[in-house]
This record gives sequence, structure tokens and C-alpha cells, in this order.
Amino acid sequence: MATPGPLRRAYDWTAAHAPWSAWAWRNTALVVAAVPVAVPAVLALAYTFSNPGHILKTLGFVLLLNPLLTRLQRSRFWSLTGLDIPKIPWARPWYRWGGLIPRLRAESTWRQYGYHLVVSPLAAVGGALVVLGWATGAACAFVYSWVWALPLSVRPTGWTGDYVAFTILGVLLLIAMPWCAALVAALDGRAAAVLLGPNRAKELERRVEDLAESRADILDAADLERRRIERDLHDGAQQRLVSLAMNLGIARATLTDLPPEARAVIDEAHREAKEAIEELSNLVRGLHPAVLEDRGLDAAISGIAARAPFPVELTVDLAERPSPTVEAVAYFVVSETLANVAKHARATRCSVQVRRRAQLLTITVGDNGVGGADPAGGTGLLGLRKRVGSVDGTIRINSPHGGPTVITVELPCGL
Amino acid sequence: MRAVIAEDSVLLRIGLVKVLEMAGFEVAAETGDAEGLLRAVEEHRPNLALVDVRMPPGFTDEGVRAALMIRQQWPDTAVLLLSQYVEERYAADLLATQTGGIGYLLKQRVADVEEFVDALRRVASGGTALDPQVVAQLLLRRGGGPDPLERLTPREREVLALMAEGRSNAGIAAELVVSESAVAKHINNIFAKLDLPIADGDHRRVLAVLRFLDGGPA
Repeated sequence: MATPGPLRRAYDWTAAHAPWSAWAWRNTALVVAAVPVAVPAVLALAYTFSNPGHILKTLGFVLLLNPLLTRLQRSRFWSLTGLDIPKIPWARPWYRWGGLIPRLRAESTWRQYGYHLVVSPLAAVGGALVVLGWATGAACAFVYSWVWALPLSVRPTGWTGDYVAFTILGVLLLIAMPWCAALVAALDGRAAAVLLGPNRAKELERRVEDLAESRADILDAADLERRRIERDLHDGAQQRLVSLAMNLGIARATLTDLPPEARAVIDEAHREAKEAIEELSNLVRGLHPAVLEDRGLDAAISGIAARAPFPVELTVDLAERPSPTVEAVAYFVVSETLANVAKHARATRCSVQVRRRAQLLTITVGDNGVGGADPAGGTGLLGLRKRVGSVDGTIRINSPHGGPTVITVELPCGL
Repeated sequence: MRAVIAEDSVLLRIGLVKVLEMAGFEVAAETGDAEGLLRAVEEHRPNLALVDVRMPPGFTDEGVRAALMIRQQWPDTAVLLLSQYVEERYAADLLATQTGGIGYLLKQRVADVEEFVDALRRVASGGTALDPQVVAQLLLRRGGGPDPLERLTPREREVLALMAEGRSNAGIAAELVVSESAVAKHINNIFAKLDLPIADGDHRRVLAVLRFLDGGPA
């Protein structure tokens, strides 16, 4: 598509801003609509000026109307210009117990009040002036069309200079009015967005709170799910496998007069059943072992420490149990780091310390291996970082080439 | 010999009954919770109670508490605990008063039927059976101060760990693939290095194991 020429663009621009354009009439409608909504405030102000003694009563009256007026203003902006002023979210409606006091204490209420008491009357004056401007402009521009209908006694004399001047003035006024309406609408809209809507910083703060809460919920749900899977596997598949292996073991021990081939098959089946049990318990250990839920971090960690293929020096100092989510992350940290040490570090000993000081759980895992653990590389450390980050924890990895490696994880546990 | 079983999973209970009968026990009662277990022990006075640690209603340590009560009230009944996981505190509690007639095994060990039968018989006749995992976890917790165990060679520590599991000299010899006399020599070295008094062999054995487990009484 060819770019429109300058003439075409000038025409389009003029058409978009002409007195008959949608733009002009939307803005006009907005400022005109400001007039009826401002009536209570204008009345109240007028009454206050004539009876200064009743100032509290009248101002209180406007305050009482605050929710209604705010609603009207919001719908005025939304329906006429598409400006969406967000609602202030309240936990309870104002007429319920505990709904009124927070509203009276909120700065948003007083910002709205300021809008209704100051900006709204000014906008109404602007609206009235715009209406007047349109009317005057139209009257002057079309002076030739109606002046003949006036009785001769009041008709201005002469058909010449004066009327031409009126017509030109009227046309200029009509051209100017959309801009006046736009100006009033813009100022009003700006003021409304600032005063009627929620405070941006407050809004962000609330949003962060919401997100933190929903993240915690998701983590809890994931943990709950892990525990459920663990429980299901333990009560179902694991019991069956143990029972199966036990029966095969009984067969192996009692059916001694079977041909050697049959015995070999039973032996094989028995071994595989035991391997399946081992695999399943490893899987469950990686999820969320029952010992963690029942007995806490201390018991769960000593279980994995004892299973490590090198001596582990373990110190656990926990006055009280952290939340299940933090416990699960801490358990994961120890199990994952020990697995990494076993896989990569070629260490001959390892130390694990878990301490809780006030609201901080500190886990330190050190080994005497070859070092060179790269925090960026390897899915193990990356997964660790993510899991630790999910509860706003921090992880420090100190692993020079040649070792030793010390990994320090701090988890906040006061929520 | 008579035995009672407390295990809430019906599937496992059926298998355990079979294994017990295979091992020559007469199963006097089967129950699914700790209360039933205590009643059964009181009524039948069995030689052995085979007890699951996690049972209704709380599904935590009902079995351990019942086991401690049984050992206290009916010392003639040996207790073998089966657990889904190892909590070394349970083991420490159980071993605190006596080291005989007590067993603590991971549940999955019942799959090795022959070894499990050995453990059943050993515990019923006043011996001990500790899961290797229990021993490993207890070993983790010692620490601080000069340790007489440091004086042991790795081989002697292996032998001591197997003693702690409750194995006989013959059992240890089979496990380590050495002769029984070599095991006896290792054990004597252990007694010497741990400064254990020359007394009845079994008693010294228990002391060595206690020393091994928690640096216990000298």
C-alpha cells in the first residue's frame, strides 16, 4: 500500500478533529456528563458558603456519597472514553462490619474525596463552558439562517459587516470547541486517574503480596502432591512388591527339590523383585520421604548421610521444625549436594551442617574433593538453585579447582 | 516357639505369617494396631513379637512405644521391629535398657527370606538384629573427643559393625569371606583396643557394640 500524500494526510487529520468528528463529540459528551455528577458537590459547596456553621455536615454529606460518586465517575470515563480506572479492592462492602473503618483510614478514600470536592466542580464548570461555547459558536456561525425570524424591533440593523464578523467568529469557535472539550476532558481524565484509582506503589505492593501468597500456595500444593504420591506408592506398589519378593523368597527357600532351571528362574525373579523395591524406595526418597514428614529434617538427613558412599560428619541443630515447604527444600538440598559430591567430587569425607538461627536455616555442605563445581553448568546445581530460589533462599558455591568445595544455602523460615 | 504379629498391611501380614511358620514359629495372634498387640502379648506371652513401627491410629511411632512397653513388662518376649525408614533415635531408645531380644530392620529386608529368618531366630533367642542402615546412622552421630574407635583398622570396624547388627562369628566370617578363626582374632583385637575387661565373652561383645554405637559405658 502506498503511503498517502501530504494532502491526503492533512485532509484525514482535519476530518478526525473536525467539530463533527467522533473525537469531538466523545470529549464533549464526557465533559457535559461531568455536570450532573457534580451536582451534589456543587450544592454542598454552595450551602457551605452560605452557612459556614454547617460545614462539617455538608462535607460529611459528600463523604457519605463518596462510593456512589466514585462509581458514577468511573463509569463516566469508562463508557465515554474507554479510560479504565481500577477499582479499589476492599475485603468487605462498606456497610458490613469491619468494612467502614479501613475505608476511612485509607488514603485512597481521601484522594477520591478530594476529586469529588475540588476537581469534579471544576470539571462541571468546564463542561458548562464547553456547552456554552458550542451554543454560541453555532448561533453565530449560522446567524444568517435565523436572524430574519427575529422581530424587526430587536433585529440588529444592517445585513453587512456585523453579521459577517459573527459568522466568522462562530465558525472559529466551532473549530476551537473540540479542542477546548479535549483539553477539559484530558485534565479531568488525568486528575481522575490519579485521584480515583488505586495508588500505583500501593497497587504494586499489594500485587507482590498476592504473588508471594499464591507462590507459597503453589509450593505447598506441590509438596502436598509429592507427599500424596509417596504415600500412594508406599501403601500400594511398595507393599505389593515386598509381598511378592517375600513369596518368591519363600519359594526359593522351600522348593529345594525343583529342577535347577526352575530354581534359577525363581532366583532371577526374586532378585529382580528386590531390585524393584530398591529402585522404588530410591524414587520415594527423592520425592518426599515419610521420615521427613513424621520425624523431621534431622532423621531424614541422617538417613541420606548414612547412605552416602563416604563418611559424613553430620551436625543438625534445630530448636523447632521449619515449615513443611522449607523442610522439603532443605532435605532436597542435602540429598542433591551429597549425590553431586558422590558423582563428581571424588571426595573421601564430607561434612553437613544444618543450623537454625532465629528465622534463618543455614545448610553447609563441605567436601575434600577435587572442587571445580560450576554453579552455571550441570542440571544438578541449576535445579538446586531453582528449588532454593522458590522459597527466597540463597545459595553460595565456593569450589576452587583442586578443592575443597563448600556450598552454603540459607533459607528464610519465618513466614 | 510362639510369635505374634502386629502389622496393619494385610498383604504383608499374610506373607509374614508364612515366613514365621517357615522359621518354625507358631503364630498365636495377628493384629493391626498397637493396642491389639499389647493385648495379644499379655494373653499369649509369645517368645517373639514382630511389630510394624507405623500403625493406626497415628501412623507414627506406635510400634516403638508398644515395643518399649513389651520389653519392660514382659521381658521374656523379644521384639523385632519393622520400619519403612530408620530413625536412629528409636534404635537408641530400644537399646538403652537392653541389647538382647531386640531387632530393628527395614521392612524391605523381609524380601531376603533366609536372612530374615536368621534374624527372627536370633532375636527370639535373646540376640540382636540391627539393620545395616541403623548401624550406619548410629555411627554418624558419634563425634567429638578422642575416639577409641579411631584405633581400629578398617577391617576391625567392619567386623564390629557386623557384630552390632547381631551377627554371630560364623555369620561375620561368611559375610566377609574369611575364616571363623580370623574373625575371632579380629574380635579379640577389638576388645583389646577398646580396653574392655576380660569377662564373659557375650558380655564383652555387647559392651563393644555399645561402645561402637554411642561411645557408651566404658
